[in-house]
Amino acid sequence: MSNAPVNNGRRRFLTAATSVVGGVGVVGLAVPFIGSWNPSAKAKAAGAPVEVNVSKIEPGQLIRAEWRGKPVYVVRRTKEILSTLAAHDGQLKDPSSAEPQQPVYATNEYRSINPEILVALGVCTHLGCAPTHHKGDFEQHVSGVKDGFFCPCHGSKFDMAGRVFQSVPAPTNLVIPEHSFPTDGTLLIGISPGEA
Amino acid sequence: MIANFMAWIEKRLPLMDAMNKHAAQYPAPKNFNFWYVFGILASVVLVNQILTGIWLTMSYEPTGEGAFASIEYIMRDVDYGWLLRYMHSTGASAFFIVVYMHMFRGMMYGSYQKPRELLWIFGMLIFLVLMAEAFMGYLLPWGNMSYWGAQVIISLFGAIPIIGDDLTLWIRGDYVISGATLNRFFALHVIAMPLVLVILVFLHILALHEVGSNNPEGTDIKKKKGSIKPEELSKFTFHKQYSEKYDIVDAIPFHPYYTVKDLVAVVIFLIVFCWVLFFAPEGGGYFIEAPNFEPANNLKTPEHIVPVWYFGPFFTILRVVPDKLLGMITMFAAIGVLFALPWFDRGTVKSLRFRSKAHMINLTQFVICFVALGVLGTMAGTELTNFIGRIATLGYFGFFVAIWFYSKNEKTKPVPERVSG
Repeated sequence: MSNAPVNNGRRRFLTAATSVVGGVGVVGLAVPFIGSWNPSAKAKAAGAPVEVNVSKIEPGQLIRAEWRGKPVYVVRRTKEILSTLAAHDGQLKDPSSAEPQQPVYATNEYRSINPEILVALGVCTHLGCAPTHHKGDFEQHVSGVKDGFFCPCHGSKFDMAGRVFQSVPAPTNLVIPEHSFPTDGTLLIGISPGEA
Repeated sequence: MIANFMAWIEKRLPLMDAMNKHAAQYPAPKNFNFWYVFGILASVVLVNQILTGIWLTMSYEPTGEGAFASIEYIMRDVDYGWLLRYMHSTGASAFFIVVYMHMFRGMMYGSYQKPRELLWIFGMLIFLVLMAEAFMGYLLPWGNMSYWGAQVIISLFGAIPIIGDDLTLWIRGDYVISGATLNRFFALHVIAMPLVLVILVFLHILALHEVGSNNPEGTDIKKKKGSIKPEELSKFTFHKQYSEKYDIVDAIPFHPYYTVKDLVAVVIFLIVFCWVLFFAPEGGGYFIEAPNFEPANNLKTPEHIVPVWYFGPFFTILRVVPDKLLGMITMFAAIGVLFALPWFDRGTVKSLRFRSKAHMINLTQFVICFVALGVLGTMAGTELTNFIGRIATLGYFGFFVAIWFYSKNEKTKPVPERVSG
């Protein structure tokens, strides 16, 4: 034992040990404070993925689902619709879906996972009205295009891949939500393939 | 009797000493001009915001279902509710006006230069917290512009790689902006941010009184002890904290000389403030935007989402950058460079009055760019506004680049030893 009233080595050790233990405590304490900002169980339940049976949708038919308070349009597109999609690319604002209005796996010519099934939010990208589905009588709005969506509020027009036509108020294509097909006939809206 | 009581207190808590140190015997340069009233005005507005804010919480309901209706309730049914709310909303805009003026004063007279760097940084922190406070406060009325403005700003964080989506989810506490988001913004707006703000203001003033106030000439009023002839010294009594260390010249006590001067400014300010309050409380749609008279609706986007005017400059910088992530980085950098201004400016002459022509031109173009960015930020974005906005953004950042270059070997006029005016 030295005669010095202060044992510096011991003091340093105690300071370091106290700091480390205290630091662990602070990190531990931060967990509940940060964690409480996550979506609550109630919010998670309200925002849970929605399951839709698509096996009974007729070719050309549209059904509506609701997900996170928004209408989702689910359409079974016919071979004819799919084959004519590329024909009017020249009249569209964003024919190749360059704007990130869809998940990566739906960034293709059909804007879908399964070419037959279009899943899009039924919310006009202009001011959020619900576009109406025109089955076979869309030529009154765009000549040469038989099927499409027309927004009654301000006249925005979208094709059967939810792509917006030129010279309308809507700035971007309809939003394609995350979705996946766990089995052939079921569609899950709100969850990407492989995430479930 | 009273004297004894005061002495009893003073011995246990030196209140009078603190008053003297920070007011009655605080040496302030005798040549303060118009530009030196904005600090006091900011304090006046801060008190206004805190008082009216407390009263508003008494009738406000921070829920997604009740918020919008409770604002209408305050406006129509609560006695003087309309007045308290307009005092608060007008106060928010007034706060930014006086703070921008206060910051410009600092830039004009080099008040950020050594030894006032930390003082400037505390000021910038106040500005940053003030912006967060205003942003969160703007969500609370739960109007449609509240909702979509918050939507746009929160979604910015989604541009951060990897953690972006989870981060936005965490900030919102829901998949969309909802009552959960409103509730936490309310808590931060009424408790957390104001506490931090008040502490920062306290530190800002402490730091100011430690290094002393600058003045329009940028001359030093604290001279080396013993270097000044006794008859040249300031005739007033200053606190020993200052007078023991320095010979003080050209100074007057803050109180009563500047408190009285500031009182005049406060009265004029309040006249203008009340005029807005009573005759144009919505500030022509700039203080309270028209879509905010509709309740928040996640299915209905306002035609043009633009922030309140005071965010205009930074919003424009965000908008004119074509890439979302880069835009966000540029916007935050615009605030970051202000923090670093004391180090961008390598000059030693503080005041614009004695600095070079280049500095005059640079500061002028900075002001023009800043105002242009602000005006553009309140307009709908078009090709033309983006083009002008990009030029103004270049001018904004160019100020800092230019000052770094020319300030090293700047051709300045001699700074007088003593306050001349």
